[in-house]
This record gives sequence, C-alpha cells and structure tokens, in this order.
Amino acid sequence: MSIEMAMMGKASADDRPATTCDDVECVMARPASMTDKLMHYCPGCTHGIIHRLVGEMIDEFGLLDHTVGVCPVGCSVFAYEYFQCDAIEASHGRAPAVATAVKRTDSSRFVFTYQGDGDLASIGMAETIHAAARGERITIFFVNNGIYGMTGGQMAPTSLIGQKTTTSPSGRIAETTGMPIGVCELLSSLKGVAYLARVPISSPKNINTARKYMRKAIRAQLENKGLGLVEFLSTCPVQWAMSPIAAMKHIDNTVIKTFPPGVFVDRVDPVDATSTPMPAVAHTGAEA
Amino acid sequence: MERLDIDVRRCKGCGLCVEFCPKHCLELGDGMNAIGYHPAELHKPEACTSCSLCAEVCPEAGIRVFRKKKGKP
Repeated sequence: MSIEMAMMGKASADDRPATTCDDVECVMARPASMTDKLMHYCPGCTHGIIHRLVGEMIDEFGLLDHTVGVCPVGCSVFAYEYFQCDAIEASHGRAPAVATAVKRTDSSRFVFTYQGDGDLASIGMAETIHAAARGERITIFFVNNGIYGMTGGQMAPTSLIGQKTTTSPSGRIAETTGMPIGVCELLSSLKGVAYLARVPISSPKNINTARKYMRKAIRAQLENKGLGLVEFLSTCPVQWAMSPIAAMKHIDNTVIKTFPPGVFVDRVDPVDATSTPMPAVAHTGAEA
Repeated sequence: MERLDIDVRRCKGCGLCVEFCPKHCLELGDGMNAIGYHPAELHKPEACTSCSLCAEVCPEAGIRVFRKKKGKP
C-alpha cells in the first residue's frame, strides 16, 4: 500500500479520466482555475479551503482570462503558484495599493487581493483604509487567523484577548496591547465600501455561506459599485497548538464572540431585504 | 461505483473529512504517501451518499465526488 502510494508521487489525480461510464457525473472536483501544484500549507489549514473557494468563484464567473491576483506576504505568499490566473507579489501589506494600480491601468481586469491579518490589518492598514475610502473597484479576500503563522506565531493585531502567542506567552493583555482590531467594523463607516462581510470557515455550512458572500464581493467590483471585502475567520492549527478539528471548534466557540460574523455593508443589492447590514447576526455553525 | 476519488498524493491526513462525514464512512488509513502523511480512505463505500461535504472541507482540494445521474428517460 505505502509503496504504491509513494510511486504515485508524480501522478496527478486531475489527469485521470473524470468518469468511466456515462451514467456517472462528477459533483465536486478541484476548480479548473487552480493549478495542480501541491500546497505548502500545514495539515488542516483553512487557507486551502479559501483558495478553493476563490478558484470556484473565478470559474463560476468565467473570469480566468482577465483576472489579476495580488498576493500578500505571510503564509499565503506563494498563492500565485496555486492559481492559473496572472498574479503579482506585493510588498508586505501593499496589496490594495498594487491592486489599485492594476485596476486603474486596465479597468477591464478583475482584480483581487488575497491577504492575511498580519498583512492587511497590521502593516497594510493604511493601504486598506485608503483603498476603501477611495472606493477602489477591487475585491479583497481577507484571511484572519489571529496570529502571525509563517514567522512563528507572534501576536497579531487581531489576536484575541488572553490568546497565548510567542510574543504574549501569558496571554494578550488589553492594558498594554489594546483590543483586537475588527477590520469589518472599522471599514463599515467608509462610503467607498460596497460589500463587507465576515464568515467563519468552521463547517460545510459556513463554507457555503462564504461562497454566497464572495459572489457579492465580486459583483461589487464587476458592477462598478465599490470595494468588496470578505473576512474569513480562519484556523491556524499549528500556531494555536490545536488539532485541525479542535481549531474549527475554537472558531465557533470563542473567536466569533470577538469577531461576530455577518454582512456589515451591502450596497450591491440595497433593496434586497435579506441583505441589510446586520453586524450582530451570527452564523454559528451549530452542527459542528 | 466508486463515489470518492481521494488524491492520496495531496492528502495531509488532517482528518477534517473524517470529522465532517455525516455517515462516518471515511477514516485515516495505515498507508503513507510521498509527503509522509496517512491519507484518508473510504472504508465504508456502501454508506457514502455523494453529499460532497468531505470535498467541501478538504483543505487540499483533493477529493472528487461522483454520483449516478438522476434518472431521466
């Protein structure tokens, strides 16, 4: 068994035929806009799930030929290796500024940035706020795991109060380090933002909700409404020192108390009664 | 009919598919793949309903799900 699997090291699952008989259909597969490369993320990291969602969205909207992604610094620094679209690697935190330049140079492109919390909420906070204030027609996918994963688990601006990290070994203290930054709450006062939502990646149900939010954030750009941002509450099993499953439960039990999920701003479908801003509504994934 | 095609080359044995399978028909196998993890296996194929929740939570996007086409004459 193990030798057989080891020999498959160079084989690609996606090269195999989809089905062998006519009455069988494929209901779920790797999105066509993702490359076949093995991802470098730790086991159970939700970056992979969010990558797949981005790939699915590019496929669904048929945007692959004119998409430009802007990749951050952080765990997802190699994100450009996993998407078939063109991508630019931005300096740390500067992805919204780079995306602004791309979008203003060629407005026919679909431009998205894929950023972590150390990138977007710490060093890149100025770029994020000003891109939102200007109402740039870009889409930001913001992956918030509350810690600097790649550099060794240091405290991030989004770390929870009491969270133990390598730079807060006895837990984050509000008196000296302040309170966690809620990026959605912060940006919701800006008029340039067309869509703003937060969703935990903690169960299949919430992943489906994320898909719904991402569609709108992409439409905000395609329909020239303004900036779209979706914040994903993501796990970091290694730096949180939890199993992947315990980390997902930790999101549902603890993280959403500090970062309540929901739609914060929706100027894409303003008449839609179900999409009025409701920052306090929690999709708690009770089945997990 | 094989309903799941798990890419053993990608699987890192995180166990999310095992946890979220509503029919409990997946488990981490004894074999080891080229990157040193024990990949998930479908150990109760007859219980699988092609609900694709395992593929939904798979962080490696490594599960393909098949089902019989709905009967249309």
